[in-house]
Amino acid sequence: MSRGAWLLARLAQIVPTFLLIGIAVFVLARLLPGNAVMAMLGERGTDEMVARLTASLGLDKSIFAQFVAFLEGVASGRLGDSLAFRIPVTRLIAERLPVTMLLTGLAVAFALAAAVPLAFVAALNANRWPDLLIRAIFQVGLSSPIFYVGLVLLTVFAAWLRLFPVGGYGDTMWEHIYHLFLPAITLGLSFAAIVMRNLRAAILGVINAEYVDFARAKGLRGSVILLRHVLRNALIATVTLVGLEIGSLLGGAVITETVFAVPGVGRLMVDSIFARDYPVIQALTLALAVFVSLAFLLTDLVQMWLDPRVGR
Amino acid sequence: MSLLDVVDLRVTFSTPRGPVHAVDGVSFCVASGEVLGIVGESGSGKSVTLRAIPKLLHANAAVTGTVRWRGADLHTMPAEDLRRVRGGQIATVFQEPMSALNPVLPIGLQIDEVLTAHTTLDTAARRRRAVELLGLVGIASPTTRLDQFPHEFSGGMRQRAMIAIALAAAPALLLADEPTTALDVTIQDQILKLLLRLVADLGMSLVLVTHDLGVIAETCDRVAVMYAGRLCETGSVHNVFLRPQHAYTHALLRSMPGEGAARAMLVPIPGQPPRIDRPTAGCAFAPRCSFVEDLCTTTRPPLIDVAPQHRSACYAAARLPVRAA
Repeated sequence: MSRGAWLLARLAQIVPTFLLIGIAVFVLARLLPGNAVMAMLGERGTDEMVARLTASLGLDKSIFAQFVAFLEGVASGRLGDSLAFRIPVTRLIAERLPVTMLLTGLAVAFALAAAVPLAFVAALNANRWPDLLIRAIFQVGLSSPIFYVGLVLLTVFAAWLRLFPVGGYGDTMWEHIYHLFLPAITLGLSFAAIVMRNLRAAILGVINAEYVDFARAKGLRGSVILLRHVLRNALIATVTLVGLEIGSLLGGAVITETVFAVPGVGRLMVDSIFARDYPVIQALTLALAVFVSLAFLLTDLVQMWLDPRVGR
Repeated sequence: MSLLDVVDLRVTFSTPRGPVHAVDGVSFCVASGEVLGIVGESGSGKSVTLRAIPKLLHANAAVTGTVRWRGADLHTMPAEDLRRVRGGQIATVFQEPMSALNPVLPIGLQIDEVLTAHTTLDTAARRRRAVELLGLVGIASPTTRLDQFPHEFSGGMRQRAMIAIALAAAPALLLADEPTTALDVTIQDQILKLLLRLVADLGMSLVLVTHDLGVIAETCDRVAVMYAGRLCETGSVHNVFLRPQHAYTHALLRSMPGEGAARAMLVPIPGQPPRIDRPTAGCAFAPRCSFVEDLCTTTRPPLIDVAPQHRSACYAAARLPVRAA
């Protein structure tokens, strides 16, 4: 199979993936205890009101017809109104999703900026004190719960030192980044620890490879050997891990946004679950699932770029 | 004056079971334009010797002795000077091209980076030179091949590509570590002929490490025979093959098909190669030697001149039978 064909096949996988996500979300919403009509009308609905609302929501049609209507709604961007906020779900998500994406993106950026150089330092000093120190620090990061790390950072850097705000999001991009600084570090800490440990092991796996010795025999500069020959080969394994961790990073975003009062989809999800705001839960699940599968797609593309053997 | 002078080279690996003396006091020199073969069985220290020359061994190897390149000691010179010598003046070819070539980089880039490191050529000139190099080592349609990856090459083509990479900066000495061992016999012959042609055309010196006496006979001017980390015998290929002055060389030649006298029986060497983690006081070959005497097991024989340009470390040298021509 040629590389182009492999790429097309990988892109085509998106279609069944999204369809399966749609089915899962649709079924999940109907498996929840109670139903949307009861949730909307509460105890006071008369039989006539129930029947009218059921018909207007299309819940009297067959399950297949309902699914088609649901897919049409997704395709045309009509996902209903939030029960709690009384505004279209799409508008709500459009406001909140960029916040979470920025938070997650910053967390990934901070984590990689710390993990990649430190993995090098640790691997090149394997089992000597810099390695042991770096591993010990990240071990603490890895084993501390997010809410605890968040509270410690809040107390020290926001409450005592007053270097950062205790919560909120600000209005400009710079304010956003400033407000999301502590949350991103909180969220990225365990991710950085996982990446650092994995990349350290991967570097140790390739540092003694024959092609690295051959690169030395060729008289290449140290930086070329480390970046082009060691890092590039070590990253192939780590990139897969980064992609897989995006999902748990979103789970962590829920907690982080709650601790730091960040108005993202994570906190919206928590609020909606407590408020039984089904349209929002359904749409958010859909949006996050799509976000994760796009992250997987991106991972595969990066991997293909790193390793020419992929897809040949 | 010789290009390369190796004096009393010792390499000790630290292992969990204690130090292992892989190379134990090896001295030799290589003259300009000369082809020197280093022959020995697995574990004799021949590859370690070769890799120790441009300081390619890892941190678990303690290396002592001097390695002089055009008079300058490679092992004490500043790292940047050593980098310029590596690849620029002393190039190395490894045994297994599949693992020595970086699997994720196109061949062209792996040539290009040598040119970037050692020449001032611009991008277009480097590309022209890379095409020329692939042509030089006999790779057809070199322009297309430049953008391909190692896994798209056959075994023989990969070894040719690795030789092209080694030759990129026009080195004066090529170190080849069993360059044909991983290849089919027919391809082996092509690669050896290629190496010899390149040595002649480019005026390079070559140090060829192999376990194959046939390869030595075909390609080398001089040969150094190694056993258990030590040199047994050095001399011209003609003299060593005709009148071996070390019992190990003698036994090795008798165990070789084809090169021995016509229809002669193959005589295997009894016993196992010695364990170099348990060094002996005397000659390391003594336990397997059919000419052994008491002195061999107690005192290590020194490497001495037995004839002009012919050195051997064997007490039985004078007693060895002359081989039929």
